[in-house]
Amino acid sequence: MITMKINGQTHEVDVEEGIPLLWVVRDVLNFTGTKYGCGVGACGACTVHVDGEPVRSCSFPAVLAQGKEIVTIEGLQENGVLHKVQQAWIDAQAPQCGYCQSGQIMAAVALLKVKPQPTDEEIDAAMTNICRCGAYTQIRAAIHAAAKA
Amino acid sequence: MGKITRRLMIFGGVAAAGGGLAIGYGLLPYETIDRARKIAGRDGETMLAAWVRIAKDNTITVIVPHSEMGQGVHTSLPMMLAEELDADWNLVRMEQAPADMAFANMGLARGYLRGDTSIPSWLSGAADFGFRKIAEFMNLQITGGSTAIRFTGVDGMRRVGAVARAMLVKAAAAKWGVAESEVDAASSQLSHKASGRTMSFGDIASDAALVSVAADLPLKKKADYKIVGTPIRRFDIPAKVNGSAKYGLDVRLPDLSFAVIASSPVFGGKLKSVDEKPALAMRGVKKVVRLDDAFAVVADNTWRAKEAVAALAPVWDDGPGAAMSSESIYAQLNQALDKGGLTDDHAFGDVDAALKSAGGKIVEASYRVPYLAHATMEVMNCTAHFENGKLSVWGGFQDGLGSKAVAAQAASLPMDAVTLNHTAMGGGFGRRGYTLDYLVKAIGIARQVEGPVQVVWTREEDMTQDYYRHASIARMKACLDEKGNVKAWLHTFTDKYDPPEAVFINYDVPNRAARYAAKVNPIPWGPWRSVDHTQQGFFIETFMDELAHASGKDPYEFRRAHLTNAPRHKAVLELAASMAGWGQALPAGQARGISMREAFGTIVAHVAQISITPDGFPKVLRVWTAVDPGEVINPATFTAQIQGGAIYGLTAALYGNITIEKGRVVQKNFPDYDMVRMADAPVHEVRFIESGARTGGAGEPGTAPIAAAVGNAIFALTGKRIRDLPFRATPLNVT
Repeated sequence: MITMKINGQTHEVDVEEGIPLLWVVRDVLNFTGTKYGCGVGACGACTVHVDGEPVRSCSFPAVLAQGKEIVTIEGLQENGVLHKVQQAWIDAQAPQCGYCQSGQIMAAVALLKVKPQPTDEEIDAAMTNICRCGAYTQIRAAIHAAAKA
Repeated sequence: MGKITRRLMIFGGVAAAGGGLAIGYGLLPYETIDRARKIAGRDGETMLAAWVRIAKDNTITVIVPHSEMGQGVHTSLPMMLAEELDADWNLVRMEQAPADMAFANMGLARGYLRGDTSIPSWLSGAADFGFRKIAEFMNLQITGGSTAIRFTGVDGMRRVGAVARAMLVKAAAAKWGVAESEVDAASSQLSHKASGRTMSFGDIASDAALVSVAADLPLKKKADYKIVGTPIRRFDIPAKVNGSAKYGLDVRLPDLSFAVIASSPVFGGKLKSVDEKPALAMRGVKKVVRLDDAFAVVADNTWRAKEAVAALAPVWDDGPGAAMSSESIYAQLNQALDKGGLTDDHAFGDVDAALKSAGGKIVEASYRVPYLAHATMEVMNCTAHFENGKLSVWGGFQDGLGSKAVAAQAASLPMDAVTLNHTAMGGGFGRRGYTLDYLVKAIGIARQVEGPVQVVWTREEDMTQDYYRHASIARMKACLDEKGNVKAWLHTFTDKYDPPEAVFINYDVPNRAARYAAKVNPIPWGPWRSVDHTQQGFFIETFMDELAHASGKDPYEFRRAHLTNAPRHKAVLELAASMAGWGQALPAGQARGISMREAFGTIVAHVAQISITPDGFPKVLRVWTAVDPGEVINPATFTAQIQGGAIYGLTAALYGNITIEKGRVVQKNFPDYDMVRMADAPVHEVRFIESGARTGGAGEPGTAPIAAAVGNAIFALTGKRIRDLPFRATPLNVT
């Protein structure tokens, strides 16, 4: 049994030690907004926050998240109000297919926490998530807009 | 292809469930409209054709027969209908059409009839399935070939909107006892200025069912547009920023099992045996399922299934495919070209004579492009459930009806026993069109499983079991006359796919021909974003650049001089050059390349500005793109499509390289099949020319010429002509 606190709620999950956080989130607790992309931490589609840090959950053992605050894309909005990054994503019409965008948004929120006004170079360095549709222009614009919001 | 015998018709005056107005449009037998209404109609709503419903509360629901892959079509098509209807956009909703005959994509068929397009050859491949035979026209719900706006939108949505508006106006005029010409429609309201009377579309929709109007109504002029041409926000985006959009992998059903599949790593190999015991001893594992060329472990979550697959030691019969390698395949392509006896593609003038004639300068070059994976962000997957002699499937499909027909065939069930549920699609790019191995295999597994099962391809399986963009070799030969103009152009290449015109050039060359060796590629291949344009754009536009340098001319001026008979193309090229400031001095260590292409009815010119990184690789700093798609429906989504298309092509140009060893794909995941990421993405400016020509596509044209623009810039900077993709396979000396 592992105790997981996700989006403010505590869940007891009966899983083996080696299971990556991604699959607990998606298949056991059904928070399907967090995506499987590569399984090796290379694409960022599975990015969630563990104690505020961006983590590629496909390669992060669930047991290491015990006792910590896990936030997924579903937990980003507060009292039904979108996070400013989510709103900026809508305003910039950033998503195309949208599959990578949960991870992109989680990475951007984490970036803005440490760099409230990121430069383009800081965005390049922090935003290493793959967007196969190629929506990078809109994603960059959305991050700058969120920084100003 | 035979002629369609049913005539194009507009159906008017059909009462809908609950009373109201129904009109239909298309190449459909009459009874189809009833069926469409039964499926998509709702109580208290009025069915307006297969494509629009008006509810009593005045909301308008547009039913879209295409799949949303992020290209914005679920918004752009309703915009086209709402424009002609004079609807209030705030009242417009969208629903994706069910995979049913009643919602076949008539626009694509119309485009075919008019000669704007042929039914893509990659579709006729699917027609081998019995059901698809009759479906070549009627079953089309395909989203691909940049057809949605071009055909469904122009021929369907617009016309239905105009007819619906006319019917509402006529009914209102009758009710008020005034002339139709005195009734105005705007923002979903009808009004009679003289008397000050108004009513909503919803108020009169039922009456409108009883009137008939001419089908062939004039459409609006651009100057009168209120919705089309504005950056309307897409319907699908809010669900994509809060995790609520449901993709195929997000299907959750009661008692759902998860299966991870492993197919023969060698193309054409078969499963000999697999000892299932190690898997069955693992926690959560329910079953090991065998297919002819694959096995799958079924478990209670994806990770347990994945771990159990890794614990097994399947024995494969590799078959003759195991002898293949990239080297052997390239040798095969070269042999096919050496052998001669090529298929004629097209010819103007007498290219062979012109190449032999005296007084010219001959230029020759050979180019090569590798296999490419689609690598959609959402790996292949499909959920399937057999229950009481019926089959339900869930997943992302670019062609709902075609997929349903394939599912019925695979399950040996009649079409009516199959329900296909569209989910959001984590990328298509051609992979989720007719190469439906993921659907067929999921059905093969589901028929051996109790309850619903979600069959998942790991990223490694997805990358090694694709239907790849085919590898190709081109040999180009041209003759420049004394003035440095191209007087002969001979283009030979391996394997032609689609669209047929991808090998055409728009330059003035009096003697030109293209010839190809057919069916040379030995591994599974299929449509990939912009299809043959991805290769031909690189071959043609790189060679054009080589000819410019051979004639001692500026590559932009050289192209321009060959476009005297192509004013639209010339205007696009000139705009791109002027956006970039072509010819201006650049910082040291930087250079530019230019390219242009017409693809899917849209003309695109790119200028790319590059530098070389310290480790010897090209870095694309900026791209300027001019585009003439005839008309832009939604400038925001159109721009995003052109930019995204260029990024897709840039990934291929810089990184994309699927190689084969011992019949297996070597690259397994993103670490060895890398992609353009944020840091690699150039600053990209896009501008349009709306020439008013017939509307072109958006999703694919940006992909086609980008590799050539980058390669031409590499040459301008380094003097090195890289003729094999990807560029990063050839490190450049930094001086």
